[in-house]
Amino acid sequence: MSGSVLEIKNLHVSIEDKEILKGVNLTIKGGEFHAIMGPNGTGKSTLASAIMGHPKYEVTEGSILLDGEDVLEMEVDERARAGLFLAMQYPSEISGVTTSDFLRSAINARREEGDEVSLMKFIKQLDKDLDFLEIDQSMATRYLNEGFSGGEKKRNEILQLMQLKPAIAILDEIDSGLDIDALKVVSNGINKMRNDNFGCLIITHYQRLLNYITPDFVHVMMQGRVVKSGGPELAKRLEAEGYEWIKEELGIEDETVEQNA
Amino acid sequence: MTVETKLPFDKDYIEQFSKDRNEPQWMKSLRLNALELANTLDMPKPDKTKIGNWNFSNFKHEFSEGDAVSSVKDLPKELQAYFDEENTAENLLIQRNHSVAYNTLNEDLKNKGVIFTDIFTAMNDHSDLVEKYYMKDAVSVDQNRLTALHTALMNGGIFIYIPKNVHVEAPLQAIFWQEDAQTALFNHVLLVAEEGSALTYVENYISHNDEQQTVANVITEVFAHDNAQVAYGAVDNFAAGTTTYINRRGVAHRDAKINWALGQMNDGNTVSENITYLIGDNSKSEAKAVTVGRGKQTQNFTSSIRQYGKATDGYILQRGVMKGSATTIFNAIGKIEHGGSKSNSEQESRVLMLSEKARGDANPILLIDEDDVTAGHAASVGRVDPLQMYYLMSRGLKKEEAERLVIHGFLDPVVSQIPIESVRKQLTQVIERKVN
Repeated sequence: MSGSVLEIKNLHVSIEDKEILKGVNLTIKGGEFHAIMGPNGTGKSTLASAIMGHPKYEVTEGSILLDGEDVLEMEVDERARAGLFLAMQYPSEISGVTTSDFLRSAINARREEGDEVSLMKFIKQLDKDLDFLEIDQSMATRYLNEGFSGGEKKRNEILQLMQLKPAIAILDEIDSGLDIDALKVVSNGINKMRNDNFGCLIITHYQRLLNYITPDFVHVMMQGRVVKSGGPELAKRLEAEGYEWIKEELGIEDETVEQNA
Repeated sequence: MTVETKLPFDKDYIEQFSKDRNEPQWMKSLRLNALELANTLDMPKPDKTKIGNWNFSNFKHEFSEGDAVSSVKDLPKELQAYFDEENTAENLLIQRNHSVAYNTLNEDLKNKGVIFTDIFTAMNDHSDLVEKYYMKDAVSVDQNRLTALHTALMNGGIFIYIPKNVHVEAPLQAIFWQEDAQTALFNHVLLVAEEGSALTYVENYISHNDEQQTVANVITEVFAHDNAQVAYGAVDNFAAGTTTYINRRGVAHRDAKINWALGQMNDGNTVSENITYLIGDNSKSEAKAVTVGRGKQTQNFTSSIRQYGKATDGYILQRGVMKGSATTIFNAIGKIEHGGSKSNSEQESRVLMLSEKARGDANPILLIDEDDVTAGHAASVGRVDPLQMYYLMSRGLKKEEAERLVIHGFLDPVVSQIPIESVRKQLTQVIERKVN
C-alpha cells in the first residue's frame, strides 16, 4: 500500500453553537505535504482540532474519511491508532508522567498485547530521535510538557511524531514561538518523515516555516473555507504581498470567523 | 444505631494478658490505668467525619500466634510482592498476627547497638528504654478513647532504636500481616533515633478480611533526637472488613528531620492522624500521603506539623483519588507556635474525583502565632482534565490507559518518595488494583 488518503468533504464545524468551518474540502495523500495558511481567526486550528476529535468542537455537516473509513465515527484514540496525528499548538502538561513512559505507552497502544516494543529497542530509538532534534536526554525523564519552554514543547511534539510514525500528521502552528535555530531543527525532523507513506498538513500563518519545509500544495483559508489553493509559489506571493490581494480578488471584507473583529 | 460503650474486656483479662506476655510491672499498670480511662474518655472527633456508628467494638482480641517461617520464600505469593526477590531486605521483621514470623538484622548493626525487635521482647530486654518513650511525649494515653484502648489492649508491634551517630544505610522493613480475619491488631511502633543517627524505615500493613469485621488500632511514635534523620515510609493495606484508627506521631529535636511517605490504601473505614512536633530549632519535616478511596468507604486524614522551634520547616503534601461512592476528608494543618520565628509552613492537598458519587474535601488550615514566618497553602478538588485526556488519547492511548496515566502521575509526587523500590512497586500495584 502506498500511503493513506485523508478526505475532508464539505466540513462544517461549530463551537458552542457558533459555526466556524463552513464547508471545507481537502484531500491529503501519503507522500504529500500540504500547507494551510491564512490570517488569525479564519478557522485553521479548528480544522486541525475537528480532524483529531477535540471534545469542544462539533461537526454539524460533512465528512472526514481516512482510507474510506469514517473518522467522525471514531473516538480520539481510535483516530490516532488509525494513523492520524496532531502536533498541538498548546500541548497539555501531564504531571507525574515522564515523557519516556508516555511514549512507550503510546507506541505499545499501536501494537498487539504480547508484542510490546522491547525496552532496549525503545531506548535506542528514543536516544536517536532526541539527538536528531537536539533535545537534551534529560527530557525523557522529565514529566510530559511540565515546565517545558514553548520551544521544548514544540520539539517534544515532533519527537512524538517521529516516534509514532503516523500515516497522516497535522501540525498546528508548530513554528509559533520558535527561534530560527529551533525552527531549523523542527523542520529537519518533519522533513526526515517525508516518504510515500506519510502525508502532512502544515498549519501556519508565517511563510518562514515554508523556507525549510517545501509544501507540494498551499491552501489559503478565510471565513472558514479554503478560498484558494496552489503550489509553493502561492506561499511565496503571500510572503511578498500579504493576504489583501486575495481578499480583493474574492471580494472578502472581513476574513475572520472566530472573532467579530 | 447505638454504640456499645462498655468494653468486653475487664481488669482480670488485661492482667492475665500482660502476665502471659511476661510484661514488666510498669506496662501492666499502664494498661490497667488506660482501661479505666477508655471507659470514660470520648471517641476522637475527626473534622467533618462522623464515626459514631463505625465498628470499634466488635473484634476478637486474644493473642493470635502466627507460624514462623525460616525464609521469606515460604510466605504466600501475595506477600512475596513486598520483597525484592533477589535482594530481600537484610533488616526485616515480619509479624504474623501478633507474633514474629521472621526477623533479621545485619550483624554489624547489632554490634553497634541497633535494636530492631518486636515490642514484647523489647519490653523484657530493654524495659527502661521502652518505658522512657512509650505513650508519653508523642501520643498520650488520654488523648481519646481509642488511644486509651490502644494502651490497654496493645497486642503487637516493634521497637527500633538507633544509637548515637549510627547511620543505618540499608532500610529497615517491617511487615504486619494480619492473617487471622477476625483478630484485632493493636499495633505499636516505637522508633527512637538518638543524636546524629540516621535511618530509613518502611512498614506494610496487610489483611484479607473483606467480609469479617474487625479493628486495627495502630500507634506509631517516632523520636528524632538532635540532628537525627528519619525517613518513614508506609503502605497501609487493611481489607474492607477492618475499621482502622491509625495515629502516627513524630517528635523532632534540634536540627532533626522526620520525613513521612504514607500510602494509605485501606479498603475499610479509616481515621488517620499524622502529627509531627518540630520542637527543636531548625528541625524539619515533610509529611506526604496518598490515598485511593473506593466502594463505600469513608476516610478521614489529618496531616499536621506543629512548629515550636525557631527556623523550622514543615511541608505537607496530600493527594487523593476518589471513586465509587467513597468519601474522603483531608485536613492539612500547619501550625507555627509563638516563638517559632523564621519558620516556614507549606502545604498542598489535592483530590481527584473519578465518579459522580464520590465525595472529597480538602481543608487547608494554617495557624500562625508568630510574626516573623513564611507560610503557604494550596488545595483543590477536581476531575480529570478533559484536555489532558484528549491529548493523551490523541496519541492512541485508550481512555482507560490515559486515565490510568493521569492518576499515577497525580499520585507520583508521594509514591516516588517511598524508600524501598519493591514497596514502591507494590504500592503502585495496589493503586492500580484500587482504581481499576
